[in-house]
Amino acid sequence: MLSRIAESLYWIGRYLERAEDTSRLLEVHQQLLIEDPIVDPEAQVDGLLAVMGLDVAPEVPRTFETVMRLLAHDPSSPVSIAASVDGAREAARRSRETVSTEMWESINTFYLAVREGNLAQLRPTQAFRMVRERVAIISGTADGTMSHDEGYHFLVLGRTIERADMTARMISSAAFSASSPYAWQTTLRACGAHHAYTRYYQGRDSDRSAAEFLLLDRLFPRSLVHALTEAEHALANLDVGERRAGFSGEASRAIGRARAELEYAPLDEILADLPAAMHRIEEACGAAGAAISRRYFEGAAAMQWHGGAW
Amino acid sequence: MIRVTKVTGVFDGYAPTPATYDEMFDGPFVRPAYTSIYTQMQHLREGEIASRSDFLARSYVDEGVTFDIGGVERPFPIDLVPRLISAKDWGQVEAGVAQRVRTLEAFLDDVYGAGAVFRDGVMPRSVVTSSPHFHRVVAGITPPNGVRVHVSGIDLIRDVTGQFRVLEDNARIPSGVSYVLTNRRVISSALPEVLSSHRIRPVERYPQKLLAALRAAAPAGITDPTVVVLTPGVYNSAYFEHALLARLMGCWLVEGRDLVCQSGRVMMRTTQGLRPVHVIYRRVDDDFLDPVYFRKDSLLGCAGLVNAVRAGNVTLANAIGNGVSDDKLVYTYLPDLVRYYLAEEPILPNVDTWRMEDPAHREEVLDRVDELVLKPVDGSGGKGIVIGPQADRGELDALRARILDDPRGWIAQPVVQLSTVPTLTDGNNAGPRHVDLRPFAVNDGGDVWVLPGGLTRVALGEGELIVNSSRGGGSKDTWVMSGSGFARGQEPPAEPIRVAPRVTRAESVVVQAQDQEQQQQQFGGMPC
Repeated sequence: MLSRIAESLYWIGRYLERAEDTSRLLEVHQQLLIEDPIVDPEAQVDGLLAVMGLDVAPEVPRTFETVMRLLAHDPSSPVSIAASVDGAREAARRSRETVSTEMWESINTFYLAVREGNLAQLRPTQAFRMVRERVAIISGTADGTMSHDEGYHFLVLGRTIERADMTARMISSAAFSASSPYAWQTTLRACGAHHAYTRYYQGRDSDRSAAEFLLLDRLFPRSLVHALTEAEHALANLDVGERRAGFSGEASRAIGRARAELEYAPLDEILADLPAAMHRIEEACGAAGAAISRRYFEGAAAMQWHGGAW
Repeated sequence: MIRVTKVTGVFDGYAPTPATYDEMFDGPFVRPAYTSIYTQMQHLREGEIASRSDFLARSYVDEGVTFDIGGVERPFPIDLVPRLISAKDWGQVEAGVAQRVRTLEAFLDDVYGAGAVFRDGVMPRSVVTSSPHFHRVVAGITPPNGVRVHVSGIDLIRDVTGQFRVLEDNARIPSGVSYVLTNRRVISSALPEVLSSHRIRPVERYPQKLLAALRAAAPAGITDPTVVVLTPGVYNSAYFEHALLARLMGCWLVEGRDLVCQSGRVMMRTTQGLRPVHVIYRRVDDDFLDPVYFRKDSLLGCAGLVNAVRAGNVTLANAIGNGVSDDKLVYTYLPDLVRYYLAEEPILPNVDTWRMEDPAHREEVLDRVDELVLKPVDGSGGKGIVIGPQADRGELDALRARILDDPRGWIAQPVVQLSTVPTLTDGNNAGPRHVDLRPFAVNDGGDVWVLPGGLTRVALGEGELIVNSSRGGGSKDTWVMSGSGFARGQEPPAEPIRVAPRVTRAESVVVQAQDQEQQQQQFGGMPC
């Protein structure tokens, strides 16, 4: 398929997942601020902004309103949900003949709802739910109405890489606010994992088991290991030809390595310096993204003619 | 006591403009073809017109059926009241458009080939060579199946007597066909009962016809050609159309940067390396197609494209250089060209036109420029047109100076009162609005197929005459009637319809366990 279209599909996957995960993160952040008596609101805001990779001037007030503006409804803030939805829609517009009609429509209506200011007008809890539901509709429509061909694999690849990256960010945010007794419980909720976790560990819960679940569970779809494995599968599907030894492609290597390191390292070793481990995952996702773009997308930049006429 | 509520219909108080052909009303009477539309729409419940009209607008916003004006995406305005064309009228349009296309093909072949039309004195060669759209660089290139005008849009209007006349030819990259397809779809949701009471010729075969014509134009020896649609990009006003056609034909939609030319062949960059391309349905203007021969600063095309075309390895649809035939000065010669090439009389007349190049014409026009419409010969999209009666003195003086400065650049036509069709002016009422018609023709080399209907563009302002979408025009669904146009009564099907055998559907056993449910309710301890 066309490199440019492949790139668009990959970014639809990434941006939509980013919008969903950001809304999950914000929802938990809001709960923490409300429910946790000992949490320091300003430090909490600082931690969240840092996790999302934002550099905010010191004079900006550290309040929930600021967080909502920067991470939810201000389209000029690059990490906001509104910006992610814009990005997804723009990518879908560029690949409009490839994404299925129904999928395009669901992305477009989501975009229109956000542009009309729904994120800012709804109560935050409702806004977060709307984002989660819209993304679920779009993913479901894509699964049900797109051929599971190369383009679909690019979509899934974008989604899973972003998911791994965002889960790593959520886990490091929990690690940073480890002073709070609720930190891991809320992170589980942020990942939509609380229910699955409770059913599996049945009350034998501890910070350690929560971390284990989010990092290593093979069956829960938002755990790091699961997301990385899915990304590996998508990459393998994209790779043509049979292979007898090793893996081709820097992207598979980066992702596979990160996953193996998680799975084979003793849990205590990872937990000893969790932020560093999560940072390595984020870097692996970054390296994989760069490798994918080098291998599949590059060369589609506009060219200019420098010769004269004949 | 029975309370009488006054029924107000959408066509109440409708007054056709004097000295104009109204397609629905003949004075106070409804024309026969429109009776069903009139009755059904007139009797819709109050508020129903407005709510259905809102539905149309909302669908286009949600589906992203848009037209960009100055970089802003807007939903393409569509009017609820359809426009009807009787089978008889359409017969003339269809034959006339096909005749026109065959003439344009013969003319372009001559211009870029032997030049017999100039030798035989039908048209001076200078008319063509002075056209900015004449491209000497493609002289001598013969397309694989001889087709240069794969797709064309011939703009028609109806004069005071209702006669269709050709206003201009578009043999370059006519746009608007996507709205024909989407209009029919939304109108069938908005007016299902009205649509189903008519017999209307379908439009959805267009993409298949187009694809077949493009495949037929493939270079010699290519049995399974790769066809792509070349778009300038998402910021082009017609991007929606490019994407829709690519999707409906199942082709890749490429931008210039996706293509690369190597040794006279065109390839596209894919995730698995370069892949050959054989037919390009291009929606990029000639000037931007190939920086080697045309504009050097173009980023929309692909360097080497013209050479690949000349080498016969790729076909461009439409061909480069077709703009010559769209030139409004060439237009004035079209009736002669029909007679010259086809030895037929033109089926569809032109609008009367004066050539500013001709001193006698010029003198006459300059005297009464305030009564005429002046058009630049190479304009499209309604750009640069001056309507005399609507212009003030300053504008007219400036216009005279520009005509004297560049007489080759202008033609004049009488103010043609375009026909009117009822169009919703506010939520619930219709008023007369001017329309034109752009039928689309596809030439596959064997046969010229005219899409039944085409795009009806409507000037939304009262009395406005410019219908172009880029100037705020809207559109209407255009219904070409088949036979009498009205749905017949129930006819028995030729063969009895077979009924599928009944297969019992599986049910979950959980929901059937009613006994269990009762026990749970009764023996589950005390109610609280």
